[in-house]
Amino acid sequence: MAGVAVSTTINGDSVEYLCQPDETLLDVLRDRLGLTGVKEGCGTGDCGACSIILDDRLVCSCLVLGAEAEGRRVETVEGMAHGDRLHPLQQKFLEHAALQCGICTPGFLIAAKDLLAKNPDPSEEEIRFGLAGNLCRCTGYDKIVRAVQDAANVMKGA
Amino acid sequence: MRYIRPLSIEDAVGLLAGSTGTAAILAGGSDLLVRMKGGFVEPDLIVDIKAIEELSEIRETADGFSIGAAVPCAVLGESAALKKAWPGVVEAAKLIGSKQVQGRCTIVGNLCNASPAADSVPALVAAGARASVVGPGGRRTIPVGSVPTGPGKTSLAKGEIIEAILLDKRAPRSGDAYLRFIPRTEMDIAVVSAGVNLTLDEHGVVTAARVALGAAAPTVLLVEEAAEAIIGRKLDEAALERLAKVCFGACRPIDDKRGTIEFRRKVAGVLAKRAGTTAYARAGGK
Repeated sequence: MAGVAVSTTINGDSVEYLCQPDETLLDVLRDRLGLTGVKEGCGTGDCGACSIILDDRLVCSCLVLGAEAEGRRVETVEGMAHGDRLHPLQQKFLEHAALQCGICTPGFLIAAKDLLAKNPDPSEEEIRFGLAGNLCRCTGYDKIVRAVQDAANVMKGA
Repeated sequence: MRYIRPLSIEDAVGLLAGSTGTAAILAGGSDLLVRMKGGFVEPDLIVDIKAIEELSEIRETADGFSIGAAVPCAVLGESAALKKAWPGVVEAAKLIGSKQVQGRCTIVGNLCNASPAADSVPALVAAGARASVVGPGGRRTIPVGSVPTGPGKTSLAKGEIIEAILLDKRAPRSGDAYLRFIPRTEMDIAVVSAGVNLTLDEHGVVTAARVALGAAAPTVLLVEEAAEAIIGRKLDEAALERLAKVCFGACRPIDDKRGTIEFRRKVAGVLAKRAGTTAYARAGGK
């Protein structure tokens, strides 16, 4: 199979890569670009561990082909912190211990970032519905919801 | 395998028509990529239609709405005009998958995946939606209900693409609604579902009705007797009971782990009643 040459923007940086036409963006990010914050849970769009923001839309990178990223903007968890300064969501996930094994965490952080960008003051119900595409088998979700609420408060005050 | 992103619908049709082996159309990919991953399909050619500009638009025309085949369901929910005119269609499209899936999935994809449990399809059939099909022989417009012919099968010929879903301009005092039953609060596949679309006269009497059931047969069911049971009267308790009874009788569902035949038939009636009540209220009926 001939490779597809792709020019895209990832976390603000111009990136070029070659990928196979049937290769998912998840595999490109992890295996070709070393962005291992995106995780493969199910590989079928059910668990949200591979969530990214593609041109301002939250999507599962396992359901996107690497070739489709041509000319688009990709955001992953690696772009959330500024140097040593964590994003408020990352800080609050730590403070609230909103993770145990951590596999789902990058997906939750990106999904929560997208949620707060579109709705800066969500109710608990809106958070729970907004994050329903992300599965966590450890925390029972309560700590995650509280961390997102707390981060929303911090970000509103900023 | 080849991946091609044509810039015009004519090029897309040409690629599909001229392909040898398995060709697949890629819009949102939320069904196609899952099938590829599972090894159920190995396309030799993928035609990504998202770079075709007119396919990514919702257009409001003198006749109503045209929803391009590449418009993700999330965008349907953000269109105030569409939501106001066809709230039932939008609420059905918004039930498909998670936020992540909403950002990619399309109603044309939902239709062409041809699952009997597809959420947007009963709402579109109730709405009387049509599909604009482009193929090697030109353009044709067909009712949405004639696209799926069985689970996973469509009436589309080789080289044909649905470019848009067309919804009529609304008559005054019209409303639609869609409801499904799932055992959870969201993120699940319909066990059974109902879409109802009504137009009323100034006294609240139903003058036009379309009732469609999902996951109740191998393809979506347009239940004409259910419409007949409520046309010419107000949607009162007696009319709702008749509606439920006709829907109960019209179902030809399967028995599986998600629901028995008996359960699906009963719930189809209940959902038709509830969706009917909501559509009636949206049309201004009291």
